[in-house]
Amino acid sequence: MANTSTLVKPDRGSILNDPKARSLFYQVVLAAVVIAVFYGAYSNTSRHMADAHIPTGFSFWNAVAGFDINQTLIPYTQLSTYGRAFWVGLVNTLLVAVLGIVLTTIIGFTVGVARLSPNWIVAKVAMVYVEVIRNIPLLLQLLFWYNAVLKPLPAPKQSIQIPGGIFLNNRGIIVPDPQFGAGSGWVGLALLFGIVASFGFYGWASVRQKKTGQQAPVLLVAAALIIGLPLLVFFLLGSPITFEAPVLKGFNFRGGRQIFPELAALLLGLSVYTASFIAEIVRAGIQSVGRGQSEAAHALGLNARQTLRLVVIPQAMRVIIPPLTSQYLNLTKNSSLAVFIGYPDLVAVFAGTVLNQTGAAVQVMAITMAVYLVISLVTSFAMNLFNKRNALVER
Amino acid sequence: MLKFAAGLLGLAFCAGATFAQAGTLDTVKGRGQLICGANTALAGFGIPDSSGNWTGLDVDFCRAVAAAVLGDPTKVKFIPLNAKDRFTALQSGEVDVLSRNSTWTSSRDNQAMLFGPVNFYDGQGFMVRKKQNVSSAKELDGASICVQQGTTTELNLADYFRTNKMKYDSVAFQDEDTVLKAYESGRCDALTTDSSGLYAERLRLTAPDDHMVLPEIISKEPLSPAVRQGDDQWFNIVRWTHYAMLTGEELGVTSKNVDDMMKSENPDIRRLLGVEGDQGKGFGLGNDWAYNIIKKVGNYGEVFDRNVGEGSPLKVKRGINALWNKGGLQYAPPIR
Amino acid sequence: MSDLTIGSRTYLQREKNPALPPPRLTSGPLAWVRQNLFSSIGSSVLTFLFLALALWIIPSLIDFAFVKAVWSGDAATCRANLDGACWAFIRDKFDYLRYGSYPIDQRWRVDVTEVVGAVLIFWLLWNGAPRRNVAALLFFIVYPILAFVLLRGAPLIGLPVIDTSLWGGVLITLLMSVIGIVFSLPLGVLLALGRRSQMPIVKAACVTFIEFVRGVPFITVLFMANFMLPLFVPDYLTPDRLLRPMIGTALFSAAYMAEVVRAGLQAMPKGQYEGAMALGIGYWPMMRLVVLPQALTTVIPGIVSTFIGLFKDTTLVAIVGIADFLRTVETARLDPSWAGPTISPTGYLFAASFYWVFCFGMSRYSQRTERRLSKGRKH
Repeated sequence: MANTSTLVKPDRGSILNDPKARSLFYQVVLAAVVIAVFYGAYSNTSRHMADAHIPTGFSFWNAVAGFDINQTLIPYTQLSTYGRAFWVGLVNTLLVAVLGIVLTTIIGFTVGVARLSPNWIVAKVAMVYVEVIRNIPLLLQLLFWYNAVLKPLPAPKQSIQIPGGIFLNNRGIIVPDPQFGAGSGWVGLALLFGIVASFGFYGWASVRQKKTGQQAPVLLVAAALIIGLPLLVFFLLGSPITFEAPVLKGFNFRGGRQIFPELAALLLGLSVYTASFIAEIVRAGIQSVGRGQSEAAHALGLNARQTLRLVVIPQAMRVIIPPLTSQYLNLTKNSSLAVFIGYPDLVAVFAGTVLNQTGAAVQVMAITMAVYLVISLVTSFAMNLFNKRNALVER
Repeated sequence: MLKFAAGLLGLAFCAGATFAQAGTLDTVKGRGQLICGANTALAGFGIPDSSGNWTGLDVDFCRAVAAAVLGDPTKVKFIPLNAKDRFTALQSGEVDVLSRNSTWTSSRDNQAMLFGPVNFYDGQGFMVRKKQNVSSAKELDGASICVQQGTTTELNLADYFRTNKMKYDSVAFQDEDTVLKAYESGRCDALTTDSSGLYAERLRLTAPDDHMVLPEIISKEPLSPAVRQGDDQWFNIVRWTHYAMLTGEELGVTSKNVDDMMKSENPDIRRLLGVEGDQGKGFGLGNDWAYNIIKKVGNYGEVFDRNVGEGSPLKVKRGINALWNKGGLQYAPPIR
Repeated sequence: MSDLTIGSRTYLQREKNPALPPPRLTSGPLAWVRQNLFSSIGSSVLTFLFLALALWIIPSLIDFAFVKAVWSGDAATCRANLDGACWAFIRDKFDYLRYGSYPIDQRWRVDVTEVVGAVLIFWLLWNGAPRRNVAALLFFIVYPILAFVLLRGAPLIGLPVIDTSLWGGVLITLLMSVIGIVFSLPLGVLLALGRRSQMPIVKAACVTFIEFVRGVPFITVLFMANFMLPLFVPDYLTPDRLLRPMIGTALFSAAYMAEVVRAGLQAMPKGQYEGAMALGIGYWPMMRLVVLPQALTTVIPGIVSTFIGLFKDTTLVAIVGIADFLRTVETARLDPSWAGPTISPTGYLFAASFYWVFCFGMSRYSQRTERRLSKGRKH
């Protein structure tokens, strides 16, 4: 009604019908409600914390933790602080996330491409994989890997021996521990140089290809630089890196590096589960590239592999990357299920043991959530940048 | 629709509401029910069977409090709590009393809780497989040890191995069931928890006879019920519930003979059972409070025996949990 | 007419060409096999590899689950047969897995609640069913009250109160999922509308909430609901132990639902809004009568897949001590009187089949709806 009246004369009518006034009113009400809720929660919490003598500050951060963690990538003993325990948990979370992302990408892309394979049985097996895995809760899969696959492995004394000094038993996988002697720094340097030089060669080769159309054997040269060069240095210096073989002594193997079954189960469960979603993303991405593209590539004489690698996948990546990023984030967030199978990740160590020993529930939960939020936001931000660079430039 | 949803949520809120402001005794009386924090499942101390009937020493303690306060040991609601949230449940007023094999320590007393009399003196020990030929905890160097996460057990374990300059792998899980299953499947060489728990856990293994409890006790674990600070009357009721049960045992008053004992000439017995004096009134209870406890739940000896002692599958010896005049530590102040 | 003699020219062919061999089969089973299984050497190798794999896995799975399985008997029968699943164990534990510790003589209440819920959901999802708006009304408003009264009890009408700590098993799993959908959908719609709102404060509040919840793991939300909620609210509001994860679940899935609904709102052609505004309809009637019915219909597949995620995520409530279905399977698996090597695989197989049947069924429904919708949009 107000609309018609404004047409007739510039009278704004009742203030109740003014959309601006209404919008302002709604927002003020919402802000008031939000502030009231937060203030209520704050005052209740501080009263409850004071009543229950729950520690309020962050002084626990520097107190001695007193408990042990089995998998520590950074130095940690029971005399370290709770703050240190936080870092151990965070590093363990990041470790499983990074390894999981690599593994799940490999499985996911393989299965995704296999779903579109002209080979009927390959496509069907890939489909069954996807339909079975993504419709079963991740937690159930983790428990299955941990309890039904890894725990029935033999005891240390009956370990399964794998050539190369590797042992497999219900305490995990024990591999030889590299010992870095004098001169091993040079080998590392050679490796670093090899990697840098490979990138340099790749750059030079692609510039040359654009100019002359001649291709250089990039893969071969890179392999020689990255693997061959350090090996050469290694032998020239008289094998400075030795491997300490694990030896069965007492309860378990001494020496060697141990990969705990908890890590293996978590890694397997997370990658296999996430891969079933990535496979569908990859399939959708490939199908989004018009048939004309691959037909044109065939007409130009590219074979099936080249078509996939040079024409289809680069275009499909634009469609694949945004949902792929959210799958990577899902995997990282899902790594918090570690607590169910005893892997010492951030949630298990910090939001579990530390929270329990210190009683500082509010601070610990706030820090834990903040860590995941930061990981999410940073990843989204990086991916948005990447996306902008790779977006289709319309001409 | 949303308003309605909010209303429904509010309704549900109220359904689970507790009123911590009023004195706990009045709250319990008003509610007609005691809310007791119990273990999720620990045979002998607090464990529900498949139809929800609870048994155990800690559970019977709550029944004794209910018998003293409400005259009816069945008016208890048990809330199963895991190690992680047991204290928050007590602090937030969700339970009136926490009777869940919890160790009395100074830092816990500093978290606004009061631990009552110790109803079970315990200590941490280890269980291992017999075929490993280990006879002492000192031989566990290099072993993998399964432990429950976030408990004093975890801290004692670390201390013990450090003082004895031994190495170990701690494999920590968040609940007792997972710890036990991990040990049984061979993930660990040893399992550690309070020794009473070890006996109970051992019975849950497929072949209990293949496993043994090592002789070392590496810590003091006085297990006791706990209440919130700031309600002295309630704390007294919880304390004296235990002492009444001890006094009952000391004076030979059992659930079977308590009615005959009412006619006893012994002034101690007469005061205990409320035939003489106004002991119960002082606590804000009826004078038959101790009579109700002993009649309907039993004295300490009976409760111990049927839950963890010779009358139970656990067969734990009385040891230091015997009465003071029989070489143990259980000692009740006089009721007078 | 020299043209007539053209037939005598020597370069003209006189005989018919011999018939070419028939083209390779392009239809029929044999051709299909050649094209789809043995089109190249690599393909043939893969075919044999996967065929061997399938021939190894499928029969052994069938053997384990059916042929050699123990269907009845006790723990000893199962320990004697290590080649087959121990269904006798599931049969023995079935009631526990189904209801948890819910009192036996009151279990009919659970059955009634679930049957009513199933009927309503079927009514709601079966397109072409009459009066689906009535079903929606019943499901989103009447049903939660009915379920609350039936499951928890109301002494007024003679139903004894059953404490929530006794609830468990399939009951909890279904309950958490239904609570999740009943509260998260309306909440998600509000959040999505808020996120697209012109009002900066409303928008900021909704965006912050959605991005915060989507950025943290579900487990931490559950922890928060369990440990912190009692601290946040006044004492007389301390929520029940089962209610806390329910609130956490509803808020968590609301954030995801909001993003699904937002996609539907964005896909709505501008003309729909403009048309409604031209008719002088206010904001809420416009949303209720014009925009949301269309937007929500287009995102039914998204809603269903969010719901599948929610259904799978209900397994995580075990972390705060709620005995959901998977947790009861875990507990049953640890029962020493049933101990044996086939118990764990049987338990997991049973749990996996349960979740798979539900999730796969829902995803099929969502795919069918998607196809139907895309057909509708084409004309």
